[in-house]
Amino acid sequence: MSYIRKPAFQHPNLPKNEIGLTRRDYEGAMSTLCAGCGHDSVSAAIIEACYALGVEPHRLAKLSGIGCSSKTPTYFLSKSHGFNSVHGRMPSIATGASMANTGLKYIGVSGDGDSASIGLGQFAHAIRRQVNMLYIIENNGTYGLTKGQFSATNDRASVGRKGQKNQFDPIDICSLAIQLGASFVARGFSGDKAQLVPLIESGMAHEGFALIDVVSPCVTFNNHLGSTKSFDFVREHNNAVMATDFVPAREQIHAEYDKGEAVDVQLHDDCTIRLRKLDDDYDPTDRASALKYLADHHDRGEVVTGLLHVDTGIENLRDKAQLVDQPLNELVERDLVPSQALLDEVNQRRRW
Amino acid sequence: MAALNAINEFVIRFANVNGSGSASANVMFAKIVYRMGVPVAPKNIFPSNIQGLPTWFEARVSAKGHLGRREGVDLMVAMNPQTFAEDLADVVPGGYLLYDSTFEQRISRTDVNVIGVPLTRLCLEAFEDPRQRQLFKNVAYVGALAAFLDIDFEAVKEVVSLQFRGKEKLVGPNIQALELGRDYALRHYDCPLGLRVEKCDAVGDKIMIDGNSAAALGCVFGGATVAAWYPITPSTSVAEAFERYCERMRVDEKTGEHKYAIIQAEDELAAIGMAIGANWNGARGFTATSGPGISLMTEFLGLAYFAEIPLVLFNVQRGGPSTGMPTRTQQSDITACAYASHGDTKQMLLFPSEPNECFNMSADAFDYADRLQTPIIVMSDLDLGMNDWVCDPFEWDQERRFDRGKVLDAEALDKIEKFGRYRDVDGDGICYRTYPGTHPEKGAFFTRGTSRDNYAVYTEDGDVHAENLRRLNRKFDTGAKILPGPEFGQESQRSTIGIIYFGTTATAMPEALEQLEDQDIIVDTMRIRAFPFAPEVAEFVRAHETVYIIEQNRDAQMRMLLMNECDLAPDKMKKILNYDGMPVTARFIAENIAAAVKPGARQGGVAAE
Repeated sequence: MSYIRKPAFQHPNLPKNEIGLTRRDYEGAMSTLCAGCGHDSVSAAIIEACYALGVEPHRLAKLSGIGCSSKTPTYFLSKSHGFNSVHGRMPSIATGASMANTGLKYIGVSGDGDSASIGLGQFAHAIRRQVNMLYIIENNGTYGLTKGQFSATNDRASVGRKGQKNQFDPIDICSLAIQLGASFVARGFSGDKAQLVPLIESGMAHEGFALIDVVSPCVTFNNHLGSTKSFDFVREHNNAVMATDFVPAREQIHAEYDKGEAVDVQLHDDCTIRLRKLDDDYDPTDRASALKYLADHHDRGEVVTGLLHVDTGIENLRDKAQLVDQPLNELVERDLVPSQALLDEVNQRRRW
Repeated sequence: MAALNAINEFVIRFANVNGSGSASANVMFAKIVYRMGVPVAPKNIFPSNIQGLPTWFEARVSAKGHLGRREGVDLMVAMNPQTFAEDLADVVPGGYLLYDSTFEQRISRTDVNVIGVPLTRLCLEAFEDPRQRQLFKNVAYVGALAAFLDIDFEAVKEVVSLQFRGKEKLVGPNIQALELGRDYALRHYDCPLGLRVEKCDAVGDKIMIDGNSAAALGCVFGGATVAAWYPITPSTSVAEAFERYCERMRVDEKTGEHKYAIIQAEDELAAIGMAIGANWNGARGFTATSGPGISLMTEFLGLAYFAEIPLVLFNVQRGGPSTGMPTRTQQSDITACAYASHGDTKQMLLFPSEPNECFNMSADAFDYADRLQTPIIVMSDLDLGMNDWVCDPFEWDQERRFDRGKVLDAEALDKIEKFGRYRDVDGDGICYRTYPGTHPEKGAFFTRGTSRDNYAVYTEDGDVHAENLRRLNRKFDTGAKILPGPEFGQESQRSTIGIIYFGTTATAMPEALEQLEDQDIIVDTMRIRAFPFAPEVAEFVRAHETVYIIEQNRDAQMRMLLMNECDLAPDKMKKILNYDGMPVTARFIAENIAAAVKPGARQGGVAAE
């Protein structure tokens, strides 16, 4: 791992996005993760997506739990506030923060230990509530920061570095999320940025809870022969069912596809996600068939990737909360403190 | 046989089966007394159950304002056959027992005045509907009590029409049931009894409210916009009351949209996480729980302490340890809260003693939390939270502004070259923070529970970490200057004996002090209202030869804090401990102190044991 930072100087000819920022304005501190760590690719994909979307960094908040993946928010968007909280409890922070200010975007970064073990309950309930956020799980099947224990997403067939067998079947985060009713569920791979970046863009534009389970190999503890979450294994067994193009509102959709080959999903702010089927059997809008597909194909050892399920008609937490337009954290005394008349009424009622 | 005589000074207890609709009749009785201008302290002694187990409603009536619990019952309304023997045993000699004489009961005592009213039979005869027959038994005994205690029936009817405001159809049948009981009493007994309620002036414009509702109202006035909670007895009603007040007071008139968000979380860990997330993001957020929830919330309390995030947390304490006595009261989470979380942590606590203080301390808690950038735990208890108390009406200065503490906005950030989240610029231990979304270029930082430097950058430098811990101690000392100091019972010291107490023990103190005075024992008193302790707290201990600390827990937890925080010697600090789940009585306090202090000891007299 490097310890020499990139210079702060930016080349004057660096391309700028629609709000006048370069890609470098979306970077963060230098990564302290192992050289070759999948998570660094995910961070790069997040930077790329935010740059392409023209997100204002200070209008985005990055949240995480504890673990190697949870360290990554420091490595992107240094102009955004971040909150590295406690193990497995990032969804509750996100829920409260998102209620305090509905005007910001929220990205939660977590890992398979953080979300599929200790955080499984909060993960499930964040979905149930349809919290407005993009939830990225950097999934390597292992507890990297504590040196390589199996996690709950590690496949039964996947052996440890020293040949240890895994006694337990995995939890499939994507199937679980679809079953719980998540309105946007995708799986990516840190080794395929071309697929991942549009997924992140789409997830950020989606209004509601968006999940991306990113297989992100741990080069130190789970990238060996025998692991089902290694770079080699994922490359060989990757079954990308849906290709996703993200089309921002201002752009025209250029390519035309034959009917049946692509479906366009309109998002609330006039952006479009164009889904191209790479597998005719796959229907991203039908939860039941998506679940069956995932179960069948996982049994065959495939890693199914792409935008697996999307439903823009689901009421999200912001809708349910029926908040005033102005963010709660901007309300002041005259908005919040009841009048003397109301206080008198309380006192009077309590005189029975 | 002797019959107790007392006007406006007695204890009445209703023994019912829970889920039988007795609560509304019993509350009706308390309201009648209150509206006659007589202070009354109603207490629900209910089981951890929904239906079918014994429940008691005890009301102490006292024009003198002795509203703490008193042992022994002067008038027992015994409606539960299961507990009849026990209830009979609790009546003081010369007292009264009212029971449903439709059913025979074995009554072995000869020193109790027994009054039978065939409530079930009367209701069967007068009402057709089975639900009415069940509910109106209870209302009928309220009518009987009106006759027995010489309560003007007009006052009774007023309370009924107020209680069923909006449901006028119910007024008629209720009055009919009341009259049933009253008429039977007048016809068969020599009314009134020796115990009576007489109109008087002792209530004035005071109100009757439970501590949890008062606290919730304080949250509304204190500007809370986000509440996250998980149901647990006895704190559930804090969130429920907050929701009701918000529906009335925090809805935009034109759009119907909410200026608040309330989330019922999946557990206490999520509840406190949501409240912390909201506070981190610049909104005032709170959660409410009891002992078991505190245990779960402890990890997050450590995070909020160390990362310095404001939070208001209500702990409505109940009987512990573990699941304990969910429907009984104690003050046994003191050390768990003061030192909540692993590592060197210290949390700030407030100790309200009655609902008006619940209201004010609740609103103030948000200012303290923002100013000190730390959790503020409001230490209520079940007795205070769930029972109705007579207290002063709520007041609010409409000119008052929220103290949001040290927060830098965009303008302020523009003037600073480099922002450091954990830089102590003026020595009080409190640093400046920024909210997410403030400035495009400046002010962003990483909040974390790990060690970091003044710029919130991760570091493993031991010296930096140690200095950070010292600064947190400086901040804690600043808290002692900001949080409320103790309340003294005297202008100046007049005794070598001091009493220290806190929370709802306050309600028993006036009577306890009177009882001590009757035995020529004069003491000084100090009520602790917050932790960290103001300097006057330790000074009080040092200034007295002996100090009695009254607590409602087994391990003398407040005493532990005093010893530890103020370096006070244990030998002069005596413990008076009540931990049976019932509110401490004046007699318990006075007897224990009198026994320790030889009778006749006063200022400069014989030293206590």
